[in-house]
Amino acid sequence: MRQLTANGVRIDDTFAEAFHMRATALVITADSARWARQAALTMTGFATSVIGCGCEAGIDREIGKGETPDGRPGVRVLLFAVSTSELQTQLQRRVAQCVLTSPGSACYAGLDGEERLKLGNALRYFGDGWQISKRFGGKHFWRLPVMDGEFVCEATTGLTKDAVGGGNLLIMGRDARTTLAAAEAAVDAVRAVADAIAPFPGGIARSGSKVGSKYKGVPASTNEAYCPTLKGAVESALDPEIGTVLEIVIDGLNPASVASAMRAGIAAIAKLGARRGALRVGAGNYGGKLGPHHFHLKDLLP
Amino acid sequence: MNPLILTLRRRPEQRLDLSQLVPHRLASMTEAEIARIAIETTRRRIAVGDAFRLRMGDAQSIRIEDADDRLDQVGEGLAGGEIIVEGDVGSQAGRLMTAGRLTIKGSAGPWAGSGMRGGLIEIAGDAGDRLGGPLAGEIAGMRGGVVVVRGDAGGGVGDRLRRGTIIVEGRAGPHPGSRMIAGTLIVRRTAGPLPGYLMKRGTIVLGEGSEDLSPTFLDCGVHDLVALRLMTAFVREHSRRAAVVLGRPLRRFAGDMAVLGKGEIFVGGED
Repeated sequence: MRQLTANGVRIDDTFAEAFHMRATALVITADSARWARQAALTMTGFATSVIGCGCEAGIDREIGKGETPDGRPGVRVLLFAVSTSELQTQLQRRVAQCVLTSPGSACYAGLDGEERLKLGNALRYFGDGWQISKRFGGKHFWRLPVMDGEFVCEATTGLTKDAVGGGNLLIMGRDARTTLAAAEAAVDAVRAVADAIAPFPGGIARSGSKVGSKYKGVPASTNEAYCPTLKGAVESALDPEIGTVLEIVIDGLNPASVASAMRAGIAAIAKLGARRGALRVGAGNYGGKLGPHHFHLKDLLP
Repeated sequence: MNPLILTLRRRPEQRLDLSQLVPHRLASMTEAEIARIAIETTRRRIAVGDAFRLRMGDAQSIRIEDADDRLDQVGEGLAGGEIIVEGDVGSQAGRLMTAGRLTIKGSAGPWAGSGMRGGLIEIAGDAGDRLGGPLAGEIAGMRGGVVVVRGDAGGGVGDRLRRGTIIVEGRAGPHPGSRMIAGTLIVRRTAGPLPGYLMKRGTIVLGEGSEDLSPTFLDCGVHDLVALRLMTAFVREHSRRAAVVLGRPLRRFAGDMAVLGKGEIFVGGED
């Protein structure tokens, strides 16, 4: 494989293969930034991969109180799923269990668009007949009486079918410490990009997977080609000096946001350099046969 | 583009029906055709040209100058564009509007905004009785849009309000929000007796309370609700003075328990 170099970090001449997804966005507010963040974190917990969680979700950005609909601190959250029905299911469950329950919270649409998903329109029944519908400024809200006052929730939120899931970077380093430093720098850069999230813990996955398994009924299993402890035993993708591999998976509301996030991640890794960070950056793909979006690393160099 | 200007020659001897003088009707008409539009309400014929001096311009913006309270149904059925009235208007101004903006720089007679579904009416002076209310035999009153009254409103403001927002910066007469079905009515200062009489749903905000609140409204305590903050941002676009009322904790009364009881009256003035 031909390799390029950025500040001593080798960049594989390969591409990340990504897929169409359905996505939506919410703005969650609360009386303080702490509680807006708490509701958002709870809602986006256990949402690392559609394989086992039903959706992938994460915090896009924190929003100042001057920019939210009710003038309180807020957080914008993105949710991705493989189908509109699954996205609706996950949205409804997660807002009901994690945002409605959080002290002082309110929930608004974070995405415009012709196609809509039910938000307050689905949750209003919790009001047991005491819910109040309000329309103003061209928007529709539901007010549900709860024990600390009212839960205010916009009736619907936007749906996009242009979303992309599965953008990724494989960060390969000498050891766990330097590789994690490079991955952390990349995640910080990815998080600064609008309309994109890195859904794994802290934005980083250490258990990159391949499709299928030797075991019947297991949809995904460890990607042995990138496991350093199997270097000598399998057809490895790793060089002898690579001791650790970490992956950043990126979902975005559109292909451009995924490309921007990957570009920002590569730039941050390159800036850290090979001595303090990663030796090599690659990307996962399936030979280009499955995903319609191909993000070539050579096009995303800093 | 200059507006189309209609200047009233003198106070008319009979009430005039100006419902035809809206942008979508005048857009394709010549000056002569407009001048021939009949606007009388009695057996004595009066055309636009008899009552007004006409200066042609873009019909999307109509200006009525030296207006008088004998001009009825100004802006009726307005579906877009703008009508600005210099002076007072009579009854049913902006009735059945669906979009656009009607600005009345004087006062309006009864039933302004009656049955409107969208758009914005701004009345710089006072509004007469039953602002936004239905005419006899109609099931619902205003069904959308926004009405802002800078002065006072008469009795029965928001009668049978179904949807939309009415903001009164001054006082309101008796029975504000009577028989409300839904929607929002905000009265910045005091309201006459029996606000929300027989209201089913909807929200009434009374900045300085009411002379006489019906015992069929139940005190639910003082609250600082997110919904009111949300409403504040919307109301501030139309009335900074009314938005101040929403920006502080308000006492909530639920009612009217004589009917469905899913409505609410927020009362300020306790601080």
